[in-house]
Amino acid sequence: MKFKAMSLSLMLALATPVAMGEASVEEYRAMLADKDANPGFLIIDKGEALFKEKRGPKNASLEQCDFGLGAGKLKGAYAQLPRYFKDTKRVQDLESRLVSCMVNLQGFTEDEVKAKLYGDQRHNENNTPLEAIAAYVAYQSNGMKIDPPLKHPMEKETLKVGEAYFWNRHGPMDFSCATCHAEDGKRVRLQALVNAYNKQDIRKTMSTWPTYRVSHGVARNNQHRMWDCHWQMRTPDIDYGSPATVALISFLTHQAKGGVYDLPGIKR
Amino acid sequence: MKNRMMIAAAIAGVSMTVSAGETMQAKIEKLVAASFKPGEGQDMTRLVQDETQKLCSATRNNPPAKDADALTAREKATIKYPADNKLMGDWKEGEKLVKGGFGMRIGTIEPDPAAKQKGGNGGNCYACHAVDPKEVAAGNLGPSLTGYGKLRGQSEDMVKYTYEKLYNAQAFVACSSMPRLGHNGILKPEQIAHVTAYLLSPESPVNK
Repeated sequence: MKFKAMSLSLMLALATPVAMGEASVEEYRAMLADKDANPGFLIIDKGEALFKEKRGPKNASLEQCDFGLGAGKLKGAYAQLPRYFKDTKRVQDLESRLVSCMVNLQGFTEDEVKAKLYGDQRHNENNTPLEAIAAYVAYQSNGMKIDPPLKHPMEKETLKVGEAYFWNRHGPMDFSCATCHAEDGKRVRLQALVNAYNKQDIRKTMSTWPTYRVSHGVARNNQHRMWDCHWQMRTPDIDYGSPATVALISFLTHQAKGGVYDLPGIKR
Repeated sequence: MKNRMMIAAAIAGVSMTVSAGETMQAKIEKLVAASFKPGEGQDMTRLVQDETQKLCSATRNNPPAKDADALTAREKATIKYPADNKLMGDWKEGEKLVKGGFGMRIGTIEPDPAAKQKGGNGGNCYACHAVDPKEVAAGNLGPSLTGYGKLRGQSEDMVKYTYEKLYNAQAFVACSSMPRLGHNGILKPEQIAHVTAYLLSPESPVNK
């Protein structure tokens, strides 16, 4: 016991400040990894209720929404997104598909659906319906392999354009996604950054979105992550479900192919 | 005749490389135009790429040597200096700028509040660099700057190099990851002189 305490203090004395910072971050991550304590489950439950509730001018639920495997087929659908949809004639991810269904099935206008995208963590807001429903639909693919299709020419094109956009530098900071996410072992301050070209790394990341973000107190989705990075890059707000965000998410999802969804995620 | 053929070949060579890059570049420009919506609080001019951003995007930050040389020369020509031409400012002011991460976030979702904006932008240096050895929360995208002045001294050349590197990193390294802090208007020339002093001054915690 005494030896343990001594070795610990010796360790601390020898540790560099950065290494100590990393260790405490690791400890924090370990505490977050307790799946049963993930508040994301409460948001998934709320999302389920909203998904089944009759809403909008057409007073319809989202139960007939087709996420790619057929109307109302939720199990495993998220694991095979993004994909090309015949009715909208474009490649869509979960969130942009959800907008289509809210417009087509429930009769909302796109502007109405997108009027409030995200709960504002600065004002302690709860998740928006969009965020809660996305978390619920995604969870129906928990434990399944990330397996987005790559058959339709538009799916191939979206993937290619998505990777090119990943390297696109713009804005006053001269940043692209690749500035932070194309090398192993990089950090912004103490925040570890995923390398999109490291198979293990990108699988770990993509398999845990949507995720509960402790610092926000809400569940966030891939669209929010794309917006957040662009906001930090000091660009204007990138549009929810836009061709650029869907292309990026396609690229990242294909890089993570073969990973297994572990939902809901929990992150800083 | 021989001359004309050479010119024709040269033009064909240039246009071939340009159009090969252009196809994807044109696609990306269309993608961007369809993905950001103009409106209050949005500054669409930020999405317009300059020649340097275009080249670095198309080549994934690995431009051919000839283009890289032209790029660094072009960027070097953009460097402006403080009105009094003093490149070593006040290291204490520099410290605030190195620590500060505020400024330039726009849009309608979470813009930086105007009231705080009056203090000016931070340099956001700790996002990527270790600087003061006492600051634990330093990123590692860029090299450590701890002991920067102690290692390099304060010669006139070193002061000038440091100022210019901070003002426009791509004047030295084509497609460097580092933002062109002065050229892009993130920091003013006087502020860059303060940061220069923070890195170089023997009094600065960076060199203790």
